Amino acid sequence: MKRSNEPIFWSMFGAGGMLAALIGPALVIITGIAVPFGLFYAPDTMSYANMLAFAHNWLGKIFIFAVVALFLWHAAHRIAILLHDFGVHAVALVKLITYGGAFVGTVIVAYALLRL
Amino acid sequence: MSARRPYVRSMDGWWKRDAYFIRYMAREVTAIFVALYAIVLLFGVVRLAQGEAAFNGWLHYLTTPWMKAFHLIVLAVFCYHTWSWFSIMPKTMPIMFVGGKRVQPGLITSTGIAAAVVASLAVLFIVKGMHP
Repeated sequence: MKRSNEPIFWSMFGAGGMLAALIGPALVIITGIAVPFGLFYAPDTMSYANMLAFAHNWLGKIFIFAVVALFLWHAAHRIAILLHDFGVHAVALVKLITYGGAFVGTVIVAYALLRL
Repeated sequence: MSARRPYVRSMDGWWKRDAYFIRYMAREVTAIFVALYAIVLLFGVVRLAQGEAAFNGWLHYLTTPWMKAFHLIVLAVFCYHTWSWFSIMPKTMPIMFVGGKRVQPGLITSTGIAAAVVASLAVLFIVKGMHP
Protein backbone atom coordinates (compact mmCIF):
# COMPACT_ATOMS: atom_id res chain seq x y z
CA MET A 1 0.00 0.00 0.00
CA LYS A 2 1.25 3.45 -0.86
CA ARG A 3 1.99 5.44 2.23
CA SER A 4 -0.18 8.49 2.73
CA ASN A 5 1.51 11.88 3.06
CA GLU A 6 -1.49 13.12 5.02
CA PRO A 7 0.15 12.81 8.50
CA ILE A 8 2.87 15.30 7.50
CA PHE A 9 0.36 17.91 6.37
CA TRP A 10 -1.90 17.21 9.31
CA SER A 11 0.89 17.61 11.87
CA MET A 12 1.89 20.97 10.37
CA PHE A 13 -1.77 21.96 10.37
CA GLY A 14 -1.98 20.96 14.03
CA ALA A 15 1.22 22.72 15.04
CA GLY A 16 0.21 25.92 13.26
CA GLY A 17 -3.28 25.80 14.73
CA MET A 18 -1.91 25.29 18.22
CA LEU A 19 0.62 28.11 17.88
CA ALA A 20 -2.09 30.43 16.51
CA ALA A 21 -4.47 29.45 19.31
CA LEU A 22 -1.88 30.03 22.04
CA ILE A 23 -0.19 33.27 20.97
CA GLY A 24 -1.99 34.40 17.76
CA PRO A 25 -4.18 37.00 19.50
CA ALA A 26 -1.15 38.48 21.32
CA LEU A 27 0.84 38.76 18.08
CA VAL A 28 -2.04 40.50 16.31
CA ILE A 29 -2.47 42.89 19.26
CA ILE A 30 1.24 43.81 19.14
CA THR A 31 1.98 44.03 15.40
CA GLY A 32 -1.45 45.01 14.10
CA ILE A 33 -3.06 47.10 16.83
CA ALA A 34 -0.96 48.35 19.78
CA VAL A 35 2.12 49.45 17.81
CA PRO A 36 0.27 50.96 14.78
CA PHE A 37 -2.23 52.75 17.06
CA GLY A 38 0.60 53.87 19.37
CA LEU A 39 -0.85 52.17 22.46
CA PHE A 40 0.85 50.58 25.48
CA TYR A 41 4.23 49.93 23.80
CA ALA A 42 7.18 52.26 23.28
CA PRO A 43 7.02 53.90 19.82
CA ASP A 44 10.29 52.20 18.75
CA THR A 45 9.15 48.69 19.76
CA MET A 46 8.97 47.55 16.13
CA SER A 47 11.59 49.96 14.78
CA TYR A 48 14.01 48.79 12.08
CA ALA A 49 16.90 48.57 14.57
CA ASN A 50 14.89 46.56 17.10
CA MET A 51 13.38 44.16 14.57
CA LEU A 52 16.77 43.70 12.92
CA ALA A 53 18.32 42.83 16.28
CA PHE A 54 15.47 40.39 16.94
CA ALA A 55 15.89 38.74 13.54
CA HIS A 56 19.69 38.55 13.94
CA ASN A 57 19.25 36.44 17.05
CA TRP A 58 18.87 32.73 16.28
CA LEU A 59 15.97 32.36 18.68
CA GLY A 60 14.31 35.32 17.00
CA LYS A 61 14.87 33.79 13.57
CA ILE A 62 13.38 30.47 14.67
CA PHE A 63 10.40 32.24 16.25
CA ILE A 64 9.64 34.34 13.15
CA PHE A 65 10.10 31.33 10.88
CA ALA A 66 7.86 29.12 13.03
CA VAL A 67 5.07 31.69 13.17
CA VAL A 68 5.01 32.55 9.46
CA ALA A 69 5.58 29.02 8.11
CA LEU A 70 3.29 27.15 10.49
CA PHE A 71 0.47 29.71 10.14
CA LEU A 72 0.74 29.30 6.36
CA TRP A 73 0.68 25.46 6.51
CA HIS A 74 -2.18 25.52 8.98
CA ALA A 75 -4.22 27.80 6.74
CA ALA A 76 -3.28 25.87 3.59
CA HIS A 77 -4.65 22.62 5.00
CA ARG A 78 -7.93 24.19 6.08
CA ILE A 79 -8.38 26.13 2.85
CA ALA A 80 -7.79 22.92 0.85
CA ILE A 81 -10.59 21.24 2.81
CA LEU A 82 -12.77 24.35 2.53
CA LEU A 83 -12.47 24.29 -1.27
CA HIS A 84 -13.45 20.61 -1.26
CA ASP A 85 -16.47 21.45 0.91
CA PHE A 86 -17.57 24.05 -1.62
CA GLY A 87 -17.44 21.51 -4.42
CA VAL A 88 -13.99 22.19 -5.91
CA HIS A 89 -12.84 18.66 -6.61
CA ALA A 90 -9.76 19.33 -8.71
CA VAL A 91 -7.63 17.73 -5.99
CA ALA A 92 -4.24 18.19 -7.65
CA LEU A 93 -4.91 21.84 -8.51
CA VAL A 94 -6.25 22.61 -5.02
CA LYS A 95 -3.19 21.03 -3.41
CA LEU A 96 -0.89 22.87 -5.79
CA ILE A 97 -2.43 26.23 -4.89
CA THR A 98 -2.76 25.72 -1.12
CA TYR A 99 0.23 23.58 -0.15
CA GLY A 100 2.23 25.08 -3.00
CA GLY A 101 1.47 28.57 -1.70
CA ALA A 102 2.52 27.60 1.82
CA PHE A 103 5.71 26.07 0.41
CA VAL A 104 6.58 29.22 -1.54
CA GLY A 105 5.91 31.37 1.56
CA THR A 106 8.10 29.09 3.68
CA VAL A 107 10.98 29.34 1.20
CA ILE A 108 10.67 33.15 0.97
CA VAL A 109 10.65 33.67 4.74
CA ALA A 110 13.57 31.24 5.21
CA TYR A 111 15.57 33.02 2.47
CA ALA A 112 14.84 36.49 3.90
CA LEU A 113 15.79 35.39 7.43
CA LEU A 114 19.03 33.73 6.30
CA ARG A 115 20.00 36.79 4.28
CA LEU A 116 19.66 39.05 7.32
CA MET B 1 -34.80 7.83 -26.53
CA SER B 2 -34.06 10.38 -23.90
CA ALA B 3 -31.01 10.31 -21.69
CA ARG B 4 -31.63 9.45 -18.05
CA ARG B 5 -31.73 12.46 -15.81
CA PRO B 6 -31.65 11.04 -12.30
CA TYR B 7 -32.54 13.39 -9.46
CA VAL B 8 -29.46 14.62 -7.65
CA ARG B 9 -30.08 16.66 -4.56
CA SER B 10 -28.30 19.97 -4.75
CA MET B 11 -25.45 20.52 -2.32
CA ASP B 12 -25.74 24.30 -2.61
CA GLY B 13 -25.63 25.95 0.78
CA TRP B 14 -25.35 22.61 2.57
CA TRP B 15 -23.52 24.18 5.46
CA LYS B 16 -26.43 26.52 6.23
CA ARG B 17 -28.76 23.61 7.01
CA ASP B 18 -27.55 22.98 10.51
CA ALA B 19 -26.05 25.06 13.35
CA TYR B 20 -23.34 22.40 13.70
CA PHE B 21 -22.29 22.90 10.06
CA ILE B 22 -22.37 26.69 10.47
CA ARG B 23 -19.97 26.40 13.43
CA TYR B 24 -17.80 24.06 11.38
CA MET B 25 -17.70 26.56 8.53
CA ALA B 26 -16.96 29.51 10.84
CA ARG B 27 -14.06 27.53 12.27
CA GLU B 28 -12.64 26.63 8.85
CA VAL B 29 -13.01 30.16 7.46
CA THR B 30 -10.72 31.51 10.20
CA ALA B 31 -7.92 29.94 8.13
CA ILE B 32 -8.30 32.66 5.48
CA PHE B 33 -7.49 35.31 8.10
CA VAL B 34 -4.62 33.25 9.52
CA ALA B 35 -3.18 33.09 5.99
CA LEU B 36 -3.66 36.84 5.40
CA TYR B 37 -2.00 37.70 8.71
CA ALA B 38 0.91 35.37 7.93
CA ILE B 39 1.29 37.10 4.55
CA VAL B 40 1.41 40.53 6.25
CA LEU B 41 4.18 39.25 8.54
CA LEU B 42 5.93 37.61 5.57
CA PHE B 43 6.03 40.99 3.82
CA GLY B 44 7.45 42.50 7.00
CA VAL B 45 10.32 40.00 7.05
CA VAL B 46 11.05 40.52 3.34
CA ARG B 47 11.00 44.32 3.82
CA LEU B 48 13.30 43.96 6.84
CA ALA B 49 15.79 42.08 4.68
CA GLN B 50 15.59 44.83 2.04
CA GLY B 51 16.75 47.57 4.40
CA GLU B 52 15.55 50.41 6.58
CA ALA B 53 13.61 52.43 4.00
CA ALA B 54 11.69 49.36 2.83
CA PHE B 55 10.91 48.27 6.39
CA ASN B 56 9.74 51.75 7.40
CA GLY B 57 7.40 51.66 4.41
CA TRP B 58 5.89 48.44 5.74
CA LEU B 59 5.60 49.91 9.25
CA HIS B 60 3.84 52.96 7.82
CA TYR B 61 1.52 50.73 5.82
CA LEU B 62 0.39 49.09 9.09
CA THR B 63 -0.82 52.48 10.33
CA THR B 64 -3.16 53.11 7.38
CA PRO B 65 -6.89 53.00 8.27
CA TRP B 66 -7.52 49.91 6.12
CA MET B 67 -4.77 47.93 7.81
CA LYS B 68 -5.90 49.06 11.26
CA ALA B 69 -9.45 47.93 10.48
CA PHE B 70 -8.12 44.70 8.97
CA HIS B 71 -6.14 43.88 12.11
CA LEU B 72 -9.12 44.55 14.38
CA ILE B 73 -11.06 41.97 12.36
CA VAL B 74 -8.08 39.59 12.43
CA LEU B 75 -7.91 39.92 16.23
CA ALA B 76 -11.59 38.97 16.56
CA VAL B 77 -11.10 36.02 14.21
CA PHE B 78 -7.97 34.85 16.08
CA CYS B 79 -9.84 34.95 19.39
CA TYR B 80 -12.57 32.86 17.77
CA HIS B 81 -9.88 30.50 16.47
CA THR B 82 -8.47 30.08 20.00
CA TRP B 83 -11.91 29.34 21.41
CA SER B 84 -12.93 26.94 18.63
CA TRP B 85 -9.51 25.22 18.54
CA PHE B 86 -9.79 24.19 22.18
CA SER B 87 -13.52 23.49 21.87
CA ILE B 88 -12.84 20.73 19.31
CA MET B 89 -9.64 19.58 20.99
CA PRO B 90 -11.40 16.88 23.06
CA LYS B 91 -12.35 15.34 19.70
CA THR B 92 -9.09 15.90 17.81
CA MET B 93 -6.69 14.60 20.46
CA PRO B 94 -6.35 10.97 21.62
CA ILE B 95 -8.56 10.12 24.58
CA MET B 96 -6.61 10.92 27.74
CA PHE B 97 -6.80 9.00 31.00
CA VAL B 98 -5.57 10.21 34.37
CA GLY B 99 -5.64 7.71 37.22
CA GLY B 100 -7.77 5.31 35.17
CA LYS B 101 -10.44 7.97 34.57
CA ARG B 102 -11.13 9.62 31.25
CA VAL B 103 -10.29 13.34 31.27
CA GLN B 104 -13.57 15.18 30.69
CA PRO B 105 -13.94 17.19 27.44
CA GLY B 106 -14.86 20.36 29.33
CA LEU B 107 -11.67 20.17 31.35
CA ILE B 108 -9.53 19.80 28.20
CA THR B 109 -11.22 22.86 26.64
CA SER B 110 -10.92 25.05 29.73
CA THR B 111 -7.30 24.00 30.31
CA GLY B 112 -6.45 24.87 26.69
CA ILE B 113 -8.11 28.28 26.86
CA ALA B 114 -6.38 29.01 30.18
CA ALA B 115 -3.03 28.04 28.60
CA ALA B 116 -3.75 30.39 25.68
CA VAL B 117 -4.55 33.29 28.03
CA VAL B 118 -1.32 32.69 29.98
CA ALA B 119 0.80 32.31 26.81
CA SER B 120 -0.72 35.42 25.20
CA LEU B 121 -0.21 37.54 28.32
CA ALA B 122 3.36 36.23 28.54
CA VAL B 123 4.07 37.32 24.95
CA LEU B 124 2.49 40.75 25.52
CA PHE B 125 4.56 41.38 28.65
CA ILE B 126 7.82 39.88 27.36
CA VAL B 127 7.68 42.32 24.43
CA LYS B 128 6.84 45.14 26.85
CA GLY B 129 9.81 44.11 29.00
CA MET B 130 12.17 44.09 26.01
CA HIS B 131 11.27 47.69 25.08
CA PRO B 132 9.96 49.47 28.16
